[in-house]
Amino acid sequence: MTEDTKFHHGDAPGGSPIVEMRNIEKHFGNIIALAGVSFDVRPGECHCLLGDNGAGKSTFIKTMSGVHKPTKGEILFEGKPMNFDSPRDAMEAGIATVFQDLAMIPLMSVTRNFFMGREPTKGKGIFKRFDTDTANRIAVDEMRQMGINLRGPDQAVGTLSGGERQTVAIARAVHFGAKVLILDEPTSALGVRQTSNVLATIDRVRKQGIGVVFISHNVRHALAVGDRFTVLNRGRTLGTATRGEISPEELQDLMAGGQEMAQLEGSLGGTV
Amino acid sequence: MTDTANVAVDERLKAESFGARMLKRPELGAIAGVILVTIFFLVTADSTMFTLSGLMNFMTPASQLGILAIGAAMLMIGGEFDLSIGSMVAFAGLFFGVCTVNWGLPLIIGIPATFVFAGLVGAINGNIVIRSGLPSFIVTLAFLFILRGLSLVGLKMATGGSTQLRGVREAVEGDWLAPFFSGDAFQGLFASLAAAGIVETFNNGTPKVPGIPVEIIWFVIIALLATYILLRTPVGNWVFAAGGDKNAAANSGVPVNRVKIALFVLTACCAAMVAIITVMDAGSTDARRGFQKEFEAIIAAVIGGCLLTGGYGSAIGAFFGAIIFGMVVIGLTYTDFDQDWFQVFLGGMLLIAVLFNNAIRKRVTGER
Repeated sequence: MTEDTKFHHGDAPGGSPIVEMRNIEKHFGNIIALAGVSFDVRPGECHCLLGDNGAGKSTFIKTMSGVHKPTKGEILFEGKPMNFDSPRDAMEAGIATVFQDLAMIPLMSVTRNFFMGREPTKGKGIFKRFDTDTANRIAVDEMRQMGINLRGPDQAVGTLSGGERQTVAIARAVHFGAKVLILDEPTSALGVRQTSNVLATIDRVRKQGIGVVFISHNVRHALAVGDRFTVLNRGRTLGTATRGEISPEELQDLMAGGQEMAQLEGSLGGTV
Repeated sequence: MTDTANVAVDERLKAESFGARMLKRPELGAIAGVILVTIFFLVTADSTMFTLSGLMNFMTPASQLGILAIGAAMLMIGGEFDLSIGSMVAFAGLFFGVCTVNWGLPLIIGIPATFVFAGLVGAINGNIVIRSGLPSFIVTLAFLFILRGLSLVGLKMATGGSTQLRGVREAVEGDWLAPFFSGDAFQGLFASLAAAGIVETFNNGTPKVPGIPVEIIWFVIIALLATYILLRTPVGNWVFAAGGDKNAAANSGVPVNRVKIALFVLTACCAAMVAIITVMDAGSTDARRGFQKEFEAIIAAVIGGCLLTGGYGSAIGAFFGAIIFGMVVIGLTYTDFDQDWFQVFLGGMLLIAVLFNNAIRKRVTGER
């Protein structure tokens, strides 16, 4: 098994896209952040969105997760045109986004973080209370399914490593019924081993039939887990490639905009 | 089967002793403090301090402060401060006095009206903090002076020039609600215990301690209720989340602003509670009521394990923090020490508590 296929098991399933974005444009005043981007994600696939800093990745995912409204273009959710007014709407429809800050509180336990804002309750009326036993059981179970054994459900998130925190955030999104999971640079701040763990988690999530949108500027991480690759450059898509159709070098060149990168790489001895 | 019974053991984790687990509880410092202070006074103080009447003696001021401290602790866990609670006691006391003396309202109207009035002031405080995004420290510092000044001006208006409003006791006398907010509870029980020779009595046969002062009972009830809310309800989780990181909490669907405003209202209502109890007890109200109580309440909350940065702490901790307070302020009178050591003691406790909490926080978050 080569490095590239380590986290990839089986072919991308077909099926119609869960979310389809057509010719999305987004302008902020006189700045054109997105100038016609098309992108879709199908159940059970990992679609990587690659791009250098400033390519428009963040603007694009914020449009997809309901933070921004597109200036032009349409968003189809399960084949029907959709108009998300807030991230809450997108979340309820099943589009979950794990942003870089993870929305985790270090001083709180894993369980309390896991159910933050969506606590399970038992009892009625004024006796309605936080069902801590159920919450603890679910949190430990879900984390174990993601391959992390907690010391206990009351372990503070602050004591987890970066990769484990990422996994808690992913497990939380999956538990609350995400159909599409958008991961914003989940591996950017992680070490080698933790990156492997997160990539393995992405593979597990995909196998449950969830469409994963994996944003990265690291070609190797993307190739390790992706089924399709879309490159953004200066607010435009430069095309979508399927796994096996494209080499790491070609992807790297597309991200950097070709030319200059080739020169740079020459002077650095092809190590970038 | 426990929740974690079938989880494979991670070989990198050392087994945690009971002691190490206890060290991670926010209230540990306050409980240790109570033990240390008790030992200190057992050695230095007159033995009457730890009789039943001595206990009631120091628990009464501890309870009056503790009710404020629990409100302050919940607000601090939610990530905000309220420096105006001391002034709020005076202001609510004035309103309550006017209700009963000037307007002659029965307690069944006067007490709820006082709570609503205080709650509204708390809501104003909270709304200003939330809408402006300013630190609550500075907004409530302004209210510390505004409310204190309004209490003074209001008292003069209500009494025609005096800074003390008298006649509350006469006004509430005979009201069926009065025993719930003043005097001693369980008097019948204590009388029969005295008759049975279980508690100490005076020569004429009446018990030396006629009952449990009502504020102690309210203090315990409020501490238990606050602990239940914090640890066992969704709202409690929202309080920790709002104080831990308000953006992360809001992104996860926690109604952060509503939680914070509700906590300001709650703190103001705790102040109103103390105002009602102490005004009925004294039979009058004046502009100095609750003076500097905001600092004492915050100190009790910090001794109880609350972090100044929010998101961590406990109501039980504040409960014990307030007891330490009462023991020291009253306990010194049982010793040969000059009572003015009190402030030195207070500052020292605060300093030790903050250093201790800082170390605990690093343990919990695994910071190195």
